[in-house]
Amino acid sequence: MKLHEFQAKELFADAGIPTPDSQLASTADEVVAAAEDIGYPVAVKAQVQVGGRGKAGGIELVETADEARAAADSIIGMDLKGIHVDRVLVEEAVDFVNELYVGVTMDRGEGKPVAMVSTRGGVNIEEVAEEDPDAIVREHVDPAFGLHPYQARKAVFEAGVDREIANDVASVLQTLYQLWDDNDGADAEINPLMVTSDDDVIAADAVFNVDEDALFRQPRIAEYEEETKSDDPLEQKADEYGFDYVRLDGNVGIIGNGAGLVMTTLDLVDHYGGTPANFLDVGGGAKADRIANALDMVFSDENVDAVVFNIFGGITRGDEVARGINEALGQFEEIPKPVVVRLAGTNWEEGMEILDESLVTVEQTLEDAVQRSVEYAQEVEA
Amino acid sequence: MSVFVDEDTRVVVQGITGGEGKFHAGQMIEYGTNVVAGAVPGRGGQEVQGVPVYDTVEQAAREEDADASVIFVPPAFAGDAIMESLDSPLDLAVAITEGVPTQDMAAVRKRLSEVDTNLIGPNCPGIITPGESKLGILPGNIFSSGNVGLVSRSGTLTYQVVDSLSERGLGQSTAIGIGGDPIIGTTFVDALEAFEADPDTHAVAMCGEIGGEDEEKAAEFIGANMDTPVVGFIAGRTAPPGKRMGHAGAIVSGSGTGTAESKIDALNAAGAEVAETPEQVAGAIEDLL
Repeated sequence: MKLHEFQAKELFADAGIPTPDSQLASTADEVVAAAEDIGYPVAVKAQVQVGGRGKAGGIELVETADEARAAADSIIGMDLKGIHVDRVLVEEAVDFVNELYVGVTMDRGEGKPVAMVSTRGGVNIEEVAEEDPDAIVREHVDPAFGLHPYQARKAVFEAGVDREIANDVASVLQTLYQLWDDNDGADAEINPLMVTSDDDVIAADAVFNVDEDALFRQPRIAEYEEETKSDDPLEQKADEYGFDYVRLDGNVGIIGNGAGLVMTTLDLVDHYGGTPANFLDVGGGAKADRIANALDMVFSDENVDAVVFNIFGGITRGDEVARGINEALGQFEEIPKPVVVRLAGTNWEEGMEILDESLVTVEQTLEDAVQRSVEYAQEVEA
Repeated sequence: MSVFVDEDTRVVVQGITGGEGKFHAGQMIEYGTNVVAGAVPGRGGQEVQGVPVYDTVEQAAREEDADASVIFVPPAFAGDAIMESLDSPLDLAVAITEGVPTQDMAAVRKRLSEVDTNLIGPNCPGIITPGESKLGILPGNIFSSGNVGLVSRSGTLTYQVVDSLSERGLGQSTAIGIGGDPIIGTTFVDALEAFEADPDTHAVAMCGEIGGEDEEKAAEFIGANMDTPVVGFIAGRTAPPGKRMGHAGAIVSGSGTGTAESKIDALNAAGAEVAETPEQVAGAIEDLL
């Protein structure tokens, strides 16, 4: 789960990391009032979860009330990389001489947390990571001990941070690690960590992603959850039903059980010349109502022209799946989109007996089922 | 022969009094697994599925001479349950639980480096040596005994590939689902190392997916250390960057690491054939044997 910038900054500020003065606003009047309150110049920043906001026109620096209003008008309501902007953060503009990067994440390969520092902060940090990985100093952390203060200092000096601010940067890194550790962070980043002409450091942006599997023990973060929900009505619906769902831009709807098998089904759709409309994993042990909900989800995506339903039962039972399909399709006078079904594994024979074959096309193998659904989708398109 | 488990493996089921634990303990016993005990704090002295329950894994291991455990404990307590099995100590722990917090697994991984126990999972279907023993939730009836080793990050994809293998009469020595989480116990490299050392494994099917670098490390291992042929398969070729495809570990990061392409290239460079469909995995294995 990704926190919004304003949420992450709240978390950082409460922990003692210096952040610029800021206020959240959702109308032009609120933006102007906030700007007057904070004092010009201010930055008006779209609160959406996409990278490269600035480059996409989601951040403007303004010096007068008129400019603030104009910025508010252009940013609030805009579509930023497909996401509707309904709130902005109005923030004190920091006069900086230098931009640093600090971050904490989990190194999957090592299975250890890693603290990172670079003197090449700013918008191009991902390019730096790619082209000059040594410019980002990485310090692995033993999770049993946490980040020792000497490790934070070591990373900061190793990165070549100026002596005058080194202690302050090390202290920010230490605090960031603690926050990451205490709140079940996945990634925590400050980019840029600005350095002012007075040798102060201040977190001009804030990224904090939390491990969703740990939300049960993070009540404060869980409160933020409501506000980070997707704007996509289909993804909201998937959340409601508790499905792992990702919307894509093709026209073959895909339903299956198990992440690896569903991904494989997507790949096969592509392999046979089709384009996947979604990833939908019903999970293990799905009962009939869950199967019906999955069909409902995929039918409500207007891009979908045909559906492939592939279940290999382990703990999921073929008879339950067949009942769910009958139930979902039985309510239509005319089936809205052709559905191809392939059942294998636990109780598949019972499932085939129950399944109403007047409602669906049945195929015996995964390959045949995918090919058939791609053909159907192409017929609809043509 | 086989790897990690055989007919002599003596199994404790952690969480045997819960719905899943009880059901699958029964299924394992029915398959022929030597389930000797359950372990659930506060439930010692009970009997479930005909086996005695102990309060701690250590008691179960001591009293029943167990050497492996299967963990069906809710995510909030699973990290602790794994730690308990590592300290009991057992030779093998298999964690089925999905949704264990990543930071708990970082602590487990640290502990694993200090003990001799192998961990499989979490978020995995388990391990099966067909005809001898299964530890986990794999549907035993689709497997058959033979000489193909199978290792996979995904449960149902494993079943799909086994189905294709069985269709061609290709049985399995051992099949291992290593799990779809970012931090796991047994990795591809660990599994491949075990298969390479097993004289009865004549070929290995390895089913990877997007995210992380385990497949790349496996490719390196194959190139440097394996005589047993490996056929690879990578799920998620069409997955867009930045989206988690169901598994917590199945995500291509914004900076481009973890892509299917990088994994396929690495495997090809190591001399392993990479199939495009599960059906082709079985075909390629048949050609090799």
